[in-house]
Amino acid sequence: MIEDKTLLTEMYYQMRRIRRFEETAQELYRRGMVVGLLHLYIGEEAVATGACLALRGDDTITSTHRGHGHVLAKGADANRLMAELCGRATGYCHGKGGSMHAADLSLGILGANGIVGGGFGIATGAALSAKKRRSGQVTICFFGDGAANQGIFMEVLNMAGLWQLPVVYVCENNGFGEYTRTEEATPASQPIGARAAAFGLPTAQVDGNDVLAVYEAVKAAVDRARAGGGPSFVEARTYRLSGHHMGDVGFSRNYRTKEELDARTQQEPVGRFRRWLLEHQVLAEPEIAGLEAKVEAEMSEAVAFVNQSPLAELSEIEEHVYA
Amino acid sequence: MPETGESTAYVIEMTLGEAIREALAEEMSRDPNVFIMGEDVGRPGGIFMVTKGLYEEFGKDRVMDTPIEEAGIVGLAVGAAMTGMRPIVELMFTDFLPLAMEQLVNQAAKMHYMTAGQARVPMVLRATLGTGRGAAAQHSQSLHVLVAHIPGLKVVMPSNPYDAKGLLKSAIRDDNPVVFLEHKMCYSTVKGPVAREEYLLPLGVADVKREGQDVTLVAISRMVQVALAAAETLARDGISAEVVDPRTIRPLDKATLLKSVMKTGRAVVIDEGHLSYGVTAEIASIIADEAFDYLDAPVKRLAALDVPVPMAPVLEAATIPNEARVVETVKGLFGRRY
Repeated sequence: MIEDKTLLTEMYYQMRRIRRFEETAQELYRRGMVVGLLHLYIGEEAVATGACLALRGDDTITSTHRGHGHVLAKGADANRLMAELCGRATGYCHGKGGSMHAADLSLGILGANGIVGGGFGIATGAALSAKKRRSGQVTICFFGDGAANQGIFMEVLNMAGLWQLPVVYVCENNGFGEYTRTEEATPASQPIGARAAAFGLPTAQVDGNDVLAVYEAVKAAVDRARAGGGPSFVEARTYRLSGHHMGDVGFSRNYRTKEELDARTQQEPVGRFRRWLLEHQVLAEPEIAGLEAKVEAEMSEAVAFVNQSPLAELSEIEEHVYA
Repeated sequence: MPETGESTAYVIEMTLGEAIREALAEEMSRDPNVFIMGEDVGRPGGIFMVTKGLYEEFGKDRVMDTPIEEAGIVGLAVGAAMTGMRPIVELMFTDFLPLAMEQLVNQAAKMHYMTAGQARVPMVLRATLGTGRGAAAQHSQSLHVLVAHIPGLKVVMPSNPYDAKGLLKSAIRDDNPVVFLEHKMCYSTVKGPVAREEYLLPLGVADVKREGQDVTLVAISRMVQVALAAAETLARDGISAEVVDPRTIRPLDKATLLKSVMKTGRAVVIDEGHLSYGVTAEIASIIADEAFDYLDAPVKRLAALDVPVPMAPVLEAATIPNEARVVETVKGLFGRRY
């Protein structure tokens, strides 16, 4: 993989783009432009990036309430996504969905989802559809460690295993389900993947802050699914550097200490991959600086796009209830 | 495409169950993206034998037996519908709707709206409702109001074979999630003429099942049969009752209901769901709101008692409206004249 400079460059560009998108959204939230609920993906960028780069353009994904990373990595336009967060008519959902419901069906993005575990049925159904249509498409279902405790997780694992559906369940274990530590909600004696293994799915556990490890594990699972080998499960162990949402600031919720957060910040994936690229002489500093400048220009453009966009149209309030 | 088959050569008598099976078979033959999934729908032919023979005709990939996972089945249908298929889920009993409610209410119903029209969820969820089998409180409910409350869902409740077939074919071709509710006691007992030639009935159009002048009986699903029987009895006592069947409770054809009430000046709304916060409340409110000046008496509601459905047949039967109660209620609207 180290020879594939194009892929590695794309990885860094996407991770940096997601990070800067989230930081920009955070800033716009503080300025009152982003409205509603905002769950940031800071610290988890390697998971969405590595997983989505293992997909084909017509493959599909389902995402979560913390979904900007997945959506961007699957090819979403930063302008339209930011406009959606800001409730603008030019957003992906004309301001009707917001952060938790960003979708671009033309890119195979079947939607972020406001319900924890809300993507399980949709992703598995999309895989059933792909198999019936013999389209060769694979679906990635992104979900968190918290969603793995929802009952429907067992139901979809059972059907995906039973019918050998082309779906890859990518569990982002970011250490927390909302304000509760994972080890306080899920028995630590068994990995989450043991649940998938019980239904016959091949499972892998990777360092979710290592984009190369995520890519390799998910690519193997996607290739297997496309070849007719059925579903797989990948647990990417990462760490949520953000609060649960924008209202979760500081340490008043008592689920982690400043010491822990500082230590984990040292391991964050974007800077880590940047150092790796330099150390392995894949990219030189000017090349990286060029990518970062490109990302900055994209973010400035997104903010300008929002500023030029009208608010959601009142005339559309009753539109799209029915097709 | 005739609305009704007047000529006997083009009409055959069939049961409600047979009409539904015909609609399923015709739509599956027409569109390869239509498929059925549900518990025991394949080789066993469905719990009420409605899908009998379809497994043999279309194969296991298009008539899929599923594990007992209501949430999962409906969830998969949503995903399949969003990506080019037209799934039909059979859910056995509306009592199992609560198990799949998240998928229907938070996912299927809202996808089109939340994505500003990008996503479409063309799926049908079939389930049975109603009392009559001594099956107790978890296999006898009529929970249509739970889904009718949700914008984004359509809810169809046919009362006879002709309507069932034409409405189901439309539901399968509809680009929205449609909940299609069949009364389990009508599958083999309600028979009627069905046109041999292909026909569709639009969703959202009520049907006047019997014309009358003095009172409007708005009835849904099996209660249409109860209302028709009551209308016959009332006719002998000199009261001419009009029976209006909404056929779909969402969308609801208000115009036809109001036109009837404006003509008769009296209305009784009859449903097998619970009384409180039920469909009868919605329809009575619409009538009171929009036809107030035409009313000669208060709008009356007859619905299921607000108790869980008891098992013992003597108790079970007492929970739902029947012909005698309809007749008595209607006569009450006319004071001492009858």
